[in-house]
Amino acid sequence: MPAPLSAPANVPEPEPAPDSLTDAGFVASLRQQMVKFARLHLGDSHLAEDAVQEALIGAWSGGKRFAGRSAFKTWVFAILKHKVADLLRHKQRVVDAGSLLKEGEAQSLDDFFDDKGHWLQEAQPAAWLCPEASLAQQQFWAVLEVCLDGMPAAQARVFMMREFMDFETDEICATVGISNSNFFVMMHRARLRLRECLDQRWFAKEA
Amino acid sequence: MGKHRVMISCDEATRLLSDALDRPLGAGERTVLRMHTWLCSGCRQFGAQVGFIRQAMRGFADRRDGEDDGPDERNPPSAR
Repeated sequence: MPAPLSAPANVPEPEPAPDSLTDAGFVASLRQQMVKFARLHLGDSHLAEDAVQEALIGAWSGGKRFAGRSAFKTWVFAILKHKVADLLRHKQRVVDAGSLLKEGEAQSLDDFFDDKGHWLQEAQPAAWLCPEASLAQQQFWAVLEVCLDGMPAAQARVFMMREFMDFETDEICATVGISNSNFFVMMHRARLRLRECLDQRWFAKEA
Repeated sequence: MGKHRVMISCDEATRLLSDALDRPLGAGERTVLRMHTWLCSGCRQFGAQVGFIRQAMRGFADRRDGEDDGPDERNPPSAR
């Protein structure tokens, strides 16, 4: 039996992909996206910056290993999401419920339906071919992000709380300060708009 | 939906399809909606597509969350 100590057994642990994650450009753009996301929900730049800072520190000091940039990005966003959700729950926003509604109201349905409530011809949804396959395509996620960015701020906020942060309806209404029926109106409009955007920018091109 | 209308329009139908993702629909609502989507392919597509959008948003939220070690193991220790 060979002497176990004869060889220097210090095969180093593979480092957590340090080269890519400490790249200044990557971190800067990630940070920017995070601040944008946090500010959308918190409506306050300082709070947003703080939340992002904490999320980044938390992600780096967590000692978790990452397979690459997108895994890291997913992880910090998950942390940020929780921080923002926490802050939102504890900080009742008295602010702009009024302006929220006005913005929602202003988004009429005229772009989609005629005065009898039927689909306008160019707005009527046609089938998407195999949409699930899109989920595996990097480019699809970029398009989704562009479409989310293009939503009116109030709509985006409510929609993201529901679909991204997974809040319950009542929780969103209480936090944002809108009625249930306003919530449903906003979600309806948000979905119409987002569906149309994906249709034009992704599925129509694919076909 | 107070009045008992049999037919609803597409704006109402899409509203119910959207609502259905955020609250349980009543029996009457389900009936008129089923009737409408049976006849209207645009709204049928809308329903399927907003369902897909929800799925995509979930994926967006926890994309590659369980990142099992990727195949690209760059920097093998022997390289030093």
